[in-house]
Amino acid sequence: MTEAAMAVKVREPTSRWARIRATLEAWGFMSPAIILVMVFFFLPVIILFVISLTSLSSSNFGDPLTFIGLENYVRLFRDKFFPKILGNTFRYVFLTLGFFNVGLALVLALLTTHINRRAGFFFRVMWLLPRITPSVIYILMWRRIAHQPPFGIINQLVTPLGVEPQYWLFKQPWLFVILVNGFVGASFGMIIFTSAIEAIPKDYITAAKVDGASTLQIIRDITLPMIKWPLLFVTTYQTLSLLASFEYILLLTDGGPGLYKTEVWSLTAYHRALKTYFGHNQWGYGAAWGFVLVGIGIAFAVVYLRVFRFNELVQEPKIDVL
Amino acid sequence: MATRTLRQAQDTAFETDRLYNVRRIFGQSIAYVLLIISILPIVIGYAWVIIATFSYRTEGLLPIDAEGNVGGLILDNWSFLWENKFPSYAPIWHVTLNSLIIALSMVVGVGTISSLAAYALSRMNFSGRKSFLSLTLILHAFPSVTLLIAIFFVLRFISGMPGIGKWFGYNSVGGVALVMISLDLPLGVWLMKGFFDHISWDMERAALIDGASRFRVWWEIIIPQIKPGLAALSVFTFLTGWNAYLVPATFTIGGTTANLPVYLKQFMSDTAPVNWNMIAAVGLFQLIPVMIFFLFTQELLLNIYSGGAKGGA
Repeated sequence: MTEAAMAVKVREPTSRWARIRATLEAWGFMSPAIILVMVFFFLPVIILFVISLTSLSSSNFGDPLTFIGLENYVRLFRDKFFPKILGNTFRYVFLTLGFFNVGLALVLALLTTHINRRAGFFFRVMWLLPRITPSVIYILMWRRIAHQPPFGIINQLVTPLGVEPQYWLFKQPWLFVILVNGFVGASFGMIIFTSAIEAIPKDYITAAKVDGASTLQIIRDITLPMIKWPLLFVTTYQTLSLLASFEYILLLTDGGPGLYKTEVWSLTAYHRALKTYFGHNQWGYGAAWGFVLVGIGIAFAVVYLRVFRFNELVQEPKIDVL
Repeated sequence: MATRTLRQAQDTAFETDRLYNVRRIFGQSIAYVLLIISILPIVIGYAWVIIATFSYRTEGLLPIDAEGNVGGLILDNWSFLWENKFPSYAPIWHVTLNSLIIALSMVVGVGTISSLAAYALSRMNFSGRKSFLSLTLILHAFPSVTLLIAIFFVLRFISGMPGIGKWFGYNSVGGVALVMISLDLPLGVWLMKGFFDHISWDMERAALIDGASRFRVWWEIIIPQIKPGLAALSVFTFLTGWNAYLVPATFTIGGTTANLPVYLKQFMSDTAPVNWNMIAAVGLFQLIPVMIFFLFTQELLLNIYSGGAKGGA
């Protein structure tokens, strides 16, 4: 801050014109970013809202827009599959979050910080693989793992144990939807929790050990309370990302098998508006589904800024040491 | 007195209690076993891709040859490199070029645009600075995929513009690159601002006093100092662009504008019966650059994917 103040002093505008010039210069640096953010963030939010108030679909594309008020939103709540999709969304978000993005992430962070440093690093890097593997190939791997006999890898592994071979992906679509997303999602929390755990002063742990605390007691009474904020941050951040993400479900089950078996909210918006089963794009209706998520996203943004003092938390895991 | 009890306690905890060491080794072994089990699906998935690539067909993880016996390594699956196995699409090299164009435009685009903006945010005091910074943060966490429906209309509009419409509109590689650059900008700006904040002011201040322009300072003094940061951002954006499926699949309609993931996905759903082994080979082909980065830039990836990734999935 002092440095910043000094630097500003260097160019302290002497006159009003100089100040205006400095501001223009700054906006010059900013302009490419601002234009793209305007065109691909702001404008889309407005377009999405406007379209959600119209009956725009591929059957009347090109005609003047017909505004139908909030009809799309009413229709959304009356949709025959609304309860099912809502239930699916909750199931997807909470099970993935609980078991993987926060649960497993925490377990992995604890395990990898309790073993040899280099081994811990190795396992964390391995856990990064699902995230950097192209989604199409990643799903291809899982589909072969859960494939029908004689091709499936699970079948090959469990048949000697006396388990009936079957088409696992078809039989247990939800299990695999959650596994597939969870294996990608766990690494985010794992990395953040790891740096939080490593930042806990060693004295605390040593003191507890001296007093005869067991590993589990140390985790419960020292580690967990000290990483409370990162835990909360990862939970909210990942709730929002999961709520909006559908790429892996799209590739794995495409909402099936059967009618809306694994269809979640964001996938519904995408299906209705852009990739329909029957080739009829209902942009207006799909936009209504999408805009509900945008509203939730904006609500979350307020939470980040108010509750988390976002700046400090996001700054922490950033690459500052290379 | 206090020190003595402490030492006694230490003795019981660390030295005299041999059980402690046994328990420690036991606990460590359990940690290793759990970790190894946890990464098994990934290892198995990769093992399958590699085995399947070089075999006629596979059952589980076993390669099966044409006669139905276990074994038989072949290179036939790689014939997609010189024959067009998927006539409704462009040849593989064209598709690969599209993927490269998207990935490299992301490296250049996100790198340049975000370091320009981040420089202003880090070094200059101007009205609107604070609001843009918090906006960057909000957008970084914002679920941008929900905007794809609306971006479809933006791209359709750009398509209708004379001149640039053909290159950056709907169903063009440029359009896909433009959308992907924009969606990653909040992350890029945020990371680059972090780098700038950690660079000393001295040289820059001297240059400014000597009358150098801001742009010259940015280009000649600042950029050379943040090369490691730019490299990290470049690896991240290259992988994002190279792996991109959802944006290209939504805004292109196949043919000559497909990138590798879209091509691979079409390959999986269009050919009947599906030739899984050739698909594995195309997949392995696409994995080559990913694996290079995975092997040589591990630390950097671990750092950037915590601050950078869009989380969840």
